[in-house]
Amino acid sequence: MTAAPGQTVGPFFHLGLPYDGGNELVPPGRPDAIRLHGRIVDGAGAGVPDAMVEIWQADPSGAVCRTPGSLRRDGWTFTGFGRAATDADGRYWFTTLEPGPTEPGRPPFFAVTVFARGLLDGLFTRAYLPGDPAARAADPLLAALAPERRETLIAVPEENGLRFDIHLQGDRETVFLAFPRRVS
Amino acid sequence: MTTLPTQAAISDEIEELRFTSGPQPRLDYPPYRSSRLRHPTRAPEVADPEGVELWAPCFGHADVDDTEADLTMRHPGEPIGERVVVTGRVLDGEGRPVAHQLVEVWQANAAGRYRHQRDRHPAPLDPNFTGAGRCLTGADGSYRFVTIKPGPYPWRNHLNAWRPAHIHFSLFGTDFTQRLVTQMYFPGDPLFGLDPIYQSITDPKAREMLVATYDHDLTAPEFSLGYRWDIVLTGGHRTPLDTEETP
Repeated sequence: MTAAPGQTVGPFFHLGLPYDGGNELVPPGRPDAIRLHGRIVDGAGAGVPDAMVEIWQADPSGAVCRTPGSLRRDGWTFTGFGRAATDADGRYWFTTLEPGPTEPGRPPFFAVTVFARGLLDGLFTRAYLPGDPAARAADPLLAALAPERRETLIAVPEENGLRFDIHLQGDRETVFLAFPRRVS
Repeated sequence: MTTLPTQAAISDEIEELRFTSGPQPRLDYPPYRSSRLRHPTRAPEVADPEGVELWAPCFGHADVDDTEADLTMRHPGEPIGERVVVTGRVLDGEGRPVAHQLVEVWQANAAGRYRHQRDRHPAPLDPNFTGAGRCLTGADGSYRFVTIKPGPYPWRNHLNAWRPAHIHFSLFGTDFTQRLVTQMYFPGDPLFGLDPIYQSITDPKAREMLVATYDHDLTAPEFSLGYRWDIVLTGGHRTPLDTEETP
């Protein structure tokens, strides 16, 4: 069956999508919490103030969360899903935990979606953790990319966590992903 | 001050780009002016989904209250406008129902005004209508919202630009690669041909997938009109066997 086409999230998505606590997968201040943040940038280098980022991730042990509660967090359960609208400067941030590898030897990453006014369909990408260069070197997606393209998928370590900027266009355009359908 | 292009100029651009993409919208679509600096210029990298991408976030009754599916009951009074039921099924690319999954909607009121600080359209806000709702699909993938038919509204893409009436939909599938945000339209809208967002899907058959069908059997006597809209997501990547397993 043909999939329904996407359409832009438009300028008024704040009415329906972001929610209180959406960007706090764990409470800030928890000892093992990290900050994952970045800026969404357009082709002229300006921040995109009307964009939305979602992350979906494994927990630190690499387990995929199968627990509801992302929309109304109970303060204890890690659900692996978060959503953040950008601020006036195009910045977003999450308080979360570092994902572990879902299979031994695989490089851990955050699955990321991006939506914005002016962007006619959502985009998929991955924010890989900066550690474990051996696992990244063995990753088929990363290995197939030119080094400067590969770099756009790797979060930058910082004192309190990770930075992951998303360039919609331009010299440092982020690598966005398409997923072929499995032929069974 | 920049002079806005006319509808005729935008319509010419739309005409030139007909049938230039597959079933998905063109991201690089100049008639939608805001897309100019916001579309990736490189083709996406093809990746094999893995790990979390093979699973979708879980939502449950802890997340969504049953009352959130009725956008007409969120305030003490009745909202103004044409009361409608919008219902259908969320399906994956193989036609299987996407069960117990989150559907989110948001929309303008009957006058074409969003309850949003950035909406400056001088049409009235309705104190009895917010315009946001959520529900979980049933075991058969079905969803159902009760709402008010949104009005068309003007925007500043070009001179005399008006969006056809639409409801924004946000959908999850059984794996994260199926994530979709789109818009549902109402049949027979005279603004379809003029709207660069709708026309960014340059294949007319694909565009029509976003148009609901009026269904008189869904219309409730003396109460509301009924529209049906099924939403097909991309194919899931897990095999049925995977689905039985816990990760």
